[in-house]
Amino acid sequence: MTPVPAPGKANGLAFRMALFILTSTTLIFGVAFGYNYVYSRDLMLKNVRENATHLTQALVRRIEGKLISVEQMPRYLARHLDNRNVTRHSLGVMIENMVAANRDIYGSTVAFEPYALDPEARYFAPYVYRNEIGGLVATHLGGDHYNYFLWDWYRLPRYLDRPVWSEPYFDEGGGNALMATYSHPFYDLSSGRPSFRGVVTADVSLEELKAAIGSVSLYQSGYTVLISRTGRFLAHRDPDRIMRDSIFSLAEALNLPALRRVGKDMIQGKEGFLRIDGLDGEGRVWLCFAPVPAIGWSVGVVIPEQALYADILALNHTVLLIGAAGFTLLLVVVVGISRSITRPLKSLVGATSEIAHGNLDISLPKIAVRDEVGQLSQSVDEMRLALKEYISHLTETTKARERIESELKIARSIQMNFLPKRFPPFPERREFDIFAVLEPAKQVGGDLYDFFFLDEDHLFFSIGDVSDKGVPAALFMAVTKTLMKGIAEQNRDPAEVLDRVNGELCHGNESSMFVTLFCAVLDLRSGRLCYSNAGHNPPLVLHRDGSQKWLALPPGLVLGGMEEAVYQSRELVMAPGDKLLLYTDGVTEAMNPEGAFYSEARLLAQAQEGVADSAESLVARVMASVRRFSAGAAQSDDITLLALSYKGTHASGGGGTSVI
Amino acid sequence: MLNRLISAGVLLLALLFGAGSGAFAADLLPLRFIPQWSPQSQFAGYYVALAKGYYEQHGLAVTILKGGPDAPASEALASGEADVATLFLSSGLQLRARGVPVVNVAQMVQRSALMLVAKKSKGILAPQDLEGKRVSLWDDFAVQPRAFFRRHGLYVDVIPQGYTLNLFLMDGVDAASAMYYNEYHTLLNAGLDPEELTTFHLADLGFNFPEDGIYCLAQTLAEYPEAMRGFVQASLEGWRDVFRHPEEALDIVMGHVRAANLPTNRVHQKWMLDQMAPLIFPPGDDTPPGFLEQDTYRTVAADLFEAEIINDTVPYRIFYDPRPSAR
Repeated sequence: MTPVPAPGKANGLAFRMALFILTSTTLIFGVAFGYNYVYSRDLMLKNVRENATHLTQALVRRIEGKLISVEQMPRYLARHLDNRNVTRHSLGVMIENMVAANRDIYGSTVAFEPYALDPEARYFAPYVYRNEIGGLVATHLGGDHYNYFLWDWYRLPRYLDRPVWSEPYFDEGGGNALMATYSHPFYDLSSGRPSFRGVVTADVSLEELKAAIGSVSLYQSGYTVLISRTGRFLAHRDPDRIMRDSIFSLAEALNLPALRRVGKDMIQGKEGFLRIDGLDGEGRVWLCFAPVPAIGWSVGVVIPEQALYADILALNHTVLLIGAAGFTLLLVVVVGISRSITRPLKSLVGATSEIAHGNLDISLPKIAVRDEVGQLSQSVDEMRLALKEYISHLTETTKARERIESELKIARSIQMNFLPKRFPPFPERREFDIFAVLEPAKQVGGDLYDFFFLDEDHLFFSIGDVSDKGVPAALFMAVTKTLMKGIAEQNRDPAEVLDRVNGELCHGNESSMFVTLFCAVLDLRSGRLCYSNAGHNPPLVLHRDGSQKWLALPPGLVLGGMEEAVYQSRELVMAPGDKLLLYTDGVTEAMNPEGAFYSEARLLAQAQEGVADSAESLVARVMASVRRFSAGAAQSDDITLLALSYKGTHASGGGGTSVI
Repeated sequence: MLNRLISAGVLLLALLFGAGSGAFAADLLPLRFIPQWSPQSQFAGYYVALAKGYYEQHGLAVTILKGGPDAPASEALASGEADVATLFLSSGLQLRARGVPVVNVAQMVQRSALMLVAKKSKGILAPQDLEGKRVSLWDDFAVQPRAFFRRHGLYVDVIPQGYTLNLFLMDGVDAASAMYYNEYHTLLNAGLDPEELTTFHLADLGFNFPEDGIYCLAQTLAEYPEAMRGFVQASLEGWRDVFRHPEEALDIVMGHVRAANLPTNRVHQKWMLDQMAPLIFPPGDDTPPGFLEQDTYRTVAADLFEAEIINDTVPYRIFYDPRPSAR
C-alpha cells in the first residue's frame, strides 16, 4: 500500500487558489489601471493644450495691444514729416507732445540723415525721454561717440524701407531697463522719387511686459517665455537668461538639437504644442507656442510634465492604495474560502487514510454544507460502508471455504483409509512380497489399489485410476473398490469381475465418470497369474534373470464407459523371483519444470536397476526417481505404485528357491 | 559671538596680507590697458593674466579698462587715457598714419578671422554670385573684402555695417561681414544653420590681415621698455594658460561679461575661446608668438595705402618692436 504524500505548501489548494486568483486579478487591475492612466493622461494633455493655447493667445493679444498703441504716434509723425519741412522748434514740441501723450512711450527721437535738416550738422536727432520721477527731459543724440547711423534703430528702417521694431536691448541710460524701439522711416517726396530722410522712433520699456509674462504660471511649476525674432529670451523664469541666452544657445549648451528645431519653428512664426526632453533641471516639459506677428516674437508656455501629471499621479497613488487594500482583502477572502474547502478535505484525507489502513469503523467528519466536498464525504462514507459489508461477506465466504476444505481433507483421509495401509500386510505368508504406495495430489484424487486373499492360495490385487478428481472421483473410486471386492469374492475370473463391475458402474452413471483398472489373481502355489485389464497402463514384468517386459494386455474399455464392453482374461506363469510392477499414469506422466514427461523409458531404466530389490525397495526407488525428475514441479495427479514379488511355495518353509 | 570672532579673524588676515601686498604694490608699476572691444573671450588671455597674477609677477599693476563702440581703444591710447591697447593691425596703421606715434609691441593674432556670410537662399553660393548684391561692411575692416571684390571684378552695393547682424537676419542685406569667432556664431544662435550659409573666409582667400596686436605710444616704450616687455610676456603666459585651462578661462571671462552686463552667454564665449587658439598660435606656422613679419606688415600697409585708407606709412622698424615679445 503506497502512502498518500501530504501536499507541500506550494502544492496546497489554498496556495494555488490564492496564486491564480490574485495573478488574474492583478492582471485585470493592471490593464484597467494602465488604460485609465493612459486615457486620463491623454485627456489631461488635451485640456492642458487648450489651456496653454488660450494662455498664449491671451499673451499675444496683450503684447500686440501694447505694441500697436505705441506704433500710432510715430507713424503719424513720420507721415507728417514726409510732406513738409519743420523747424527745429516745432519738431521739439511735436516729439515732446508725443512722449507726453502716451505713457507707454519712454522716449522718442526724430533722427535725420547727415545734413538733411541742418546743412551744418552731420547728426541731428532731438531726443525727449522720461526721467525717473516722470518729468520730460530734452537732449540730442549723435556725436563722435554715438554714431547713430550704425545703430539698428536707425539702420533697420533705413535699409528695409519699412517701420521696424528693434531687437530689445538693455538701456543703460534708462536704469538698465529692457527696451525696444519702434522706428518709422520718413522720406523727402519733393523730387518725385522718395528719398530717405530719417526715422521717427519711440522707445518702449518692456519691463512691465516682461514682469507680466514672467509672473504668469500654469499648473504650479509651469511658466511662460517670450523670445525675440533671433530667439533671444525676453521673458523667462530665470532672469539670468533674459537677453543673454537664446533658445539656440540653450540648445547648444544642453546639446539638444530638438530644442534648436523648436526654436526655428518659433522664430519662423509657427504655432505648436510638443514635448521636449532634457531641459536642465526640468526634465520633460511640454511647450505650447504661438507667434506675435506684429514684431516677430514668439510666446511659449512651458509646463513640466511632472507638474502636469501631478494630479493624475496623486489619483494613481490613491488607486494603487485602494488596489493594495483590495488585494489584501481578496487574499484574506481567498485564503478563508480555500481553508473552508480544504479543512473538511484534510479531515477526509485523514479518514480515508485510516480506511486505507483498514480501520473501517472510523466516523467521517460531518459536513453541513451540501457542496461537492459534502458529497465527496458522503461518497467516501458510502464506500466505507460498502467496504465493510464486503469484508464481512468475504470473511463469511472464507469461513465457508475453510469448512469445505477441512471437509475435503477429511474425505481424503477417509479415502486413504479405504486402501490397505499396513505393510507387510500378511507377515505370515512367505510366497510373495507386496508393497504399494499412493502419493496423492493436492486435491482429492481418484487412484486406487487393493489386494486381498480370495482363499488360502489365491491373491487378488488391482490398481486403477478414476478419470476425474475431487470428491465425486473419490466416491466413484470407493464404489469401484467396494464393488470389485464384493464381486471378486464370488468370481475368480478377473474378466468376469471387470465385466460385472462395469455393469454396475454403468448402471445409473449419470456423471459419466469412468475408471481404468487392472486386476489379477495369483495362484501362490503354481505362480499362475490370471489377469484382465480395463484401459489401464500395462504393468511391467521383471524376471529373475534381469529381463523385463510390459505385460501383454487383452483389449478392454474403461469401466463405467460403456455397458456392452467385453473383457478378457489372460494368463502368465510367474517363476519364483519374478516381480510385477503396477503403476498409474501419475508416474509416467509426471512432469518436470520444463514440461517433459517422466515416461515409460525412465520407468524401465529404474526397474532394471532395482531388479534385485524387495517390493518395498523397488517402489521407493521408482518413487525417488520420479521426485528427482519432477524437481519440485507441482504434482498434478496421484502417483500410485504397486510391486509384487513372487517367491514360490517352498519359500513358505525354508526360503530356498525352486523353479516350477 | 561666532560672527564677531570670524570678523575679527578676517580683519586680522586683511591687515597681515593687506599690509604685505601694500608694501609689494608700492613696487608695482601701474598700467592701464584697454582692449579694442567689450569684454569677451577675444581678450581671455589678458583677463587670465590679470586674474592669475602674471602681470604682478612682471611688476605691473594692470587695470583693464572697458572697451567697446562707445570707448574706442585707439582714441584712449591717443589721448593717454590708456597706456596700452590692443588694435587690429590695420587700425594701428591708421592710427600711426593719423600721426599718433604708436608702436606695435606684439602681434598677438596672426590670422584674420574676418569673413563674409551670405544666405544660400539668396542664391549666393560662390564669389561671383555677389555681383550687384547689397553687402554690409565694417568701415574699419573694409579693405580685405574690397580687395576680394576687386580680384573677382565684382560690383557690390556696399553699405556700412552696424553693431549687429540684425539687418542681415531680416534680409536688409544679402551678405555681411562677420568675425568667425563672434558674429558667425551669433548667426548660428539666431537660428541659422551652417548649411544655410555660404562663407568666404578672407584669410583663406589670400587676404590675411593679422588682427589683434598690442600697442603703446613710442614714448611709453622708450621710458618703460621693461614694463612693456613684462606686459607682453605676461599676456602670452595668460594666453597659454587659457588654452591649458579653457573652462577656468571661461569662468574668468564670464565674470567680466557679467560685470559689464553684456547680453551674451557662456556658449557663445566658449565658441569664441575655441576659435582663438588657431589665430594666436596657428598650427604649422613657425612664426614666434607675438612676432610681426616684415612682409606681412608691408603687404597690409600697401593695401591700406592703395585703398586710400592711409596716406602715410612708417618703416617696419619704427612701427614694430620685436623685443618685448622675444623670448
